[in-house]
Amino acid sequence: MTIDDLLKQQPLTTISEGDTSREISQVFCCDLLSVAMSKAPADCAWVTVMGNVNTLAVASLTDAACVVLAEGTVLDEAVIEQAKVQGLTVLATGEPVFDTALAIHQQLNA
Amino acid sequence: MSEQTGTSGVELKYMVSPDDFTRAGEASSKVKNILKQMGISPDVIRKVSIAMYEGEINMVIHAHGGDITVTITPEEIRMVLRDDGPGIPDVEKAMKAGYSTAPEQVRALGFGAGMGLPNMQNYTDEMKVETEIGVGTTITMSVHIEG
Repeated sequence: MTIDDLLKQQPLTTISEGDTSREISQVFCCDLLSVAMSKAPADCAWVTVMGNVNTLAVASLTDAACVVLAEGTVLDEAVIEQAKVQGLTVLATGEPVFDTALAIHQQLNA
Repeated sequence: MSEQTGTSGVELKYMVSPDDFTRAGEASSKVKNILKQMGISPDVIRKVSIAMYEGEINMVIHAHGGDITVTITPEEIRMVLRDDGPGIPDVEKAMKAGYSTAPEQVRALGFGAGMGLPNMQNYTDEMKVETEIGVGTTITMSVHIEG
């Protein structure tokens, strides 16, 4: 399943668009960046409420396919700009972390 | 940043800015990209990225920045993180997962979970911590390149 496939089925807003033809391997949820740094699987869709510039660094270093900001988490303009420069896909939703992750997981396993 | 290629491998040097969380991770990202271009295996790149990023974050949180030297040889990737910070009073405690002295504003950013040094140790093949109170800390880490 690619990010494009995800966007077709889930009500997610695109904050920053990277390579949306990228494959998603699995869903990953975590807000502690040090834990995410060591545990986020490559090519995951990382669902989090932690929206700061370091989230981008961790997503990039772990090779996450995309970041999905849940619970209405917003990013500063400067951070959005940086995500675009890095070519990182950042999506957003007002839904809770669990519901968002579950919906992605179900789509992955459909 | 400077890059040098010699008979002993490629040497990269980076400065880590003090108290600047927005730039933490820059050096790790650059090294990651260079290793990718060199065709180093993703597993090794991931280990180096995690260990170096945690080190960078620690330097920003605790030590007002410092410098990092990365040496890439056919056998290993060696990272030397040097700072003139306050030093680590109890290294054994600091190495324990969950132990943290990071201030509240750092925790609010998602760090300070007491995972930094343990992550650095878990993702490297060798790690040495040299620290002196009031003088600074030097951490040497190495990730072996298999085969």
